[in-house]
Amino acid sequence: MVKPFTSLTGTVAPLDVDNVDTDAIIPKQFLKRTERTGYGQFLFYDWRFEDGEERQDFVLNEPRYKGSSILLGRKNFGCGSSREHAPWTLADYGFQVIIAPSFADIFYNNCFKNGMLPIVLSEDQINQLFQLVTTKSGYEVTVDLENQTVTDSHEFQAHFEVTPYRKRLLLKGLDEIGSTLEHQSKIDSFEDRHRIYYKLEHGSI
Amino acid sequence: MGKTLYDKIYDKHVVYSGEDQPSILYIDLHLIHEVTSPQAFEGLRLNNRHVRRPDLTVATMDHSIPTTDRSIPFRDDVAKKQVRTLEENCHDFGIRLFDLTSEHQGIVHVIAPELGITQPGQTIVCGDSHTSTHGAFGALAFGIGTSEVEHVLATQTLKQDKAKTLAINIEGELPKGTSAKDLILSLIGKLGHDFATGYVIEYRGEVIRHLTMEERMTVCNMSIEMGARAGLIQPDDVTFNYIKNKKYAPKDELWDDALIEWRSLYTDDDAVFDKTVDFDVSVVVPQVTWGTNPGQVAGITDVVPSIDSLPFDQRKAGEKSLQYMGVSSNTPFEEVKLDKVFIGSCTNSRIEDLRKAAKIVSGYKVADSVTALVVPGSQRVKRQAEEEGIDQIFIKAGFDWRESGCSMCLGMNEDIVLEGERCASTSNRNFEGRQGKGARTHLVSPEMAAAAAITGHFVDVRNWVTREREEVRSW
Ligand code: SF4
Repeated sequence: MVKPFTSLTGTVAPLDVDNVDTDAIIPKQFLKRTERTGYGQFLFYDWRFEDGEERQDFVLNEPRYKGSSILLGRKNFGCGSSREHAPWTLADYGFQVIIAPSFADIFYNNCFKNGMLPIVLSEDQINQLFQLVTTKSGYEVTVDLENQTVTDSHEFQAHFEVTPYRKRLLLKGLDEIGSTLEHQSKIDSFEDRHRIYYKLEHGSI
Repeated sequence: MGKTLYDKIYDKHVVYSGEDQPSILYIDLHLIHEVTSPQAFEGLRLNNRHVRRPDLTVATMDHSIPTTDRSIPFRDDVAKKQVRTLEENCHDFGIRLFDLTSEHQGIVHVIAPELGITQPGQTIVCGDSHTSTHGAFGALAFGIGTSEVEHVLATQTLKQDKAKTLAINIEGELPKGTSAKDLILSLIGKLGHDFATGYVIEYRGEVIRHLTMEERMTVCNMSIEMGARAGLIQPDDVTFNYIKNKKYAPKDELWDDALIEWRSLYTDDDAVFDKTVDFDVSVVVPQVTWGTNPGQVAGITDVVPSIDSLPFDQRKAGEKSLQYMGVSSNTPFEEVKLDKVFIGSCTNSRIEDLRKAAKIVSGYKVADSVTALVVPGSQRVKRQAEEEGIDQIFIKAGFDWRESGCSMCLGMNEDIVLEGERCASTSNRNFEGRQGKGARTHLVSPEMAAAAAITGHFVDVRNWVTREREEVRSW
C-alpha cells in the first residue's frame, strides 16, 4: 500500500552535486538489514560522518537545513543501483519531496512506491531555487500534487509534470498489487497462450 | 510502420492495457538475490499473498557472501541473517535456490545465461540494475526496486509504460588489443553518464554481430551506466549456439519451436527509433576511468584531464571527482600507481575474461605493492578455469583465487578497497565509496587490470610482451 501524498509545505535543503548515486545515498554496508525501516540514520553516511562524528562541511549538517522535508538536487539524481533502500533512507530521514532537473529511471519509479514525490523542473528553475534557498534562511516551498505546482510565498512558481497514474497512486495511496490482481483472469488467460521455453526442477535447492 | 525489437517483445507480453494505468506486462523470468528481496517477501506475508509462479522465479546468493573458503562459517552476522532469510523465503514459497553449496551458484547475471534460463524474447527482471546484461540475448531485461519485486512475486507481472527507443549503430572495426569493455566505456565516455535515461538501447551494427555472447553481455551490462532502462541485441546464430545444450535450454521439438520464435526477433527495416547514434570504434584505445562515474573515462595513451579541458557543464563534477580520486591533472595514466586489482563482477568475470587476463599474467609476478584478486563469476566459471589450468597461472603470479560472488565490485563482504587505496577494477561502477569508503576505483578491461597488477601501474596492453612466447603479443 503506497502512503498517500497530497501536498506539503516544508523547508528546502540544497544538495549541489550532479549524479548523486545510490551508493552515496545509502552505502552498501547498510544493505544487509532485512527491514524496510530505520535507514535514515545512514543517509549519505560517508558524506555526513567522519569517524562517527558529523562533518561540519556537509550541507545537511548545517543547523538551518535540519528538519527539511524537501531536497533540492542536481541532474541525474539517484543514478546507480536499483536499491529501494535509497528512497527508504531519504524518506526515513524526513525527505518526502526531491526536486531535481533529472532523475535516474529506477530511482524515480521507486520513489512513488514509497509515498515520495520526485519533481523534475528545468535547469533554470533549479538554479533559481538554489539561489533562493542559499540566500534566504528557512526557505520554504509548498508542493501541491493535485495542481502539480511548486510555489513559495513570494516569487517562485513552477508547474511540474507527473503521469496521471502516478499522481493517482500518490493521492489515493493505491495498493498496486491489489489493483493488478483485479486483472487475475487476464493473467490466467495470458498464461494459457504464452510459451515459456525453460523448465526448472521445482522447489528449494 | 515496422516494429523495433523492443516493440515486439513488449507487445507480446502485454496482459492488459487500459487508459487508467501503465500496461501490465508479463514477466517470463524473475531472478532474485539476498539483498533486495527480504522486504518483498515480508510484504507478501503481511498481505497473505503467495508467489504466483515459483517455477519462473530463480534465486541465488551473490552480493553479501564471502568469497573465501566456503567451509568456514560466516563471520558477518548481519549478512548471515540476510542469507538465511533468503533460504527461508525460498523454502517457504517453493522457489528454486542456488545456494552456497550449489555447483550452479554465482552472480545472478552470470548464472542465468550459463544455465540456459536466459533466452531471447523473454521479459526478465531482477532487483538489480545490471539485469540489463541479459539483453545480450535479445531479452527485455531490466532492474526493479523491492516494491516491484514484491509485485512480480505476487502477480508475475509488472506495470510498465513503454520506454523510448535508442539505436546505437556500432561501426568500424574494434582495433586489436581492445575489448568489449573498451567499446562500452568509450561509448559511455562519448555520450555521457545519463544520455540514455528513459530509453531502451538496441546495439546494432557489424561490430556487435561479431562479438561473442560473453562480449555482448559486457556491453549490455553497462547500459545502465548511461541511464538506459535496458540494452538489447538482436539474437542470431551466435546466441542460439550459445544457448543450445545448456542445462535448462529447450530440447528436441521444443528447441525447434523456440528457434522459430527467436528468429522472428529483429527490428523491422522500416521501424523508427526515437533517437539514433552512430559510433565508430576504429579509433578506440584501451580505456581507463579517471573519475567517479563511468562516463569520466579516457584512453590509456591520454593524461588525466585538467578541469579546463572538460566541457563547461562537466567541470564542477569533474573537479569533485578528481579531488576524490586523488589524481592530478595532466598525469599520464601510465604513471598512476595501484594498490589493488580486482578481476571479477557481472561485467567481466566469465571464462573468456579470465582467459584473456591469464594470457597477460602468465609467467609474470604481481607487483609487490599490489594486492590482486580474481573472483570468478560463478562456480561453473571457476571449475572451467581450474580445468584449463588458468587458476594456476593466477595463483603462481600471486593473485588470490576466490569463490564466486560479487565481492569487491561493491564491497558488501570483506573484499573491500581501503580508504585512499587505488584499485584497477573490471567491474562497472566507480562511484565514490563503491568499493569501500574512500576507495578510488578505475574501471578497465580484464587485460588492462591484469597488466596493471604486474607492473603496479596502468600500462597499454597493446604493447604487452607475453612471457609464454617472449614476443610482442600478436593480437
Ligand atoms: S557483480 Fe557488482 S554490479 Fe554485478 S550484480 Fe554483483 S554487485 Fe551488482
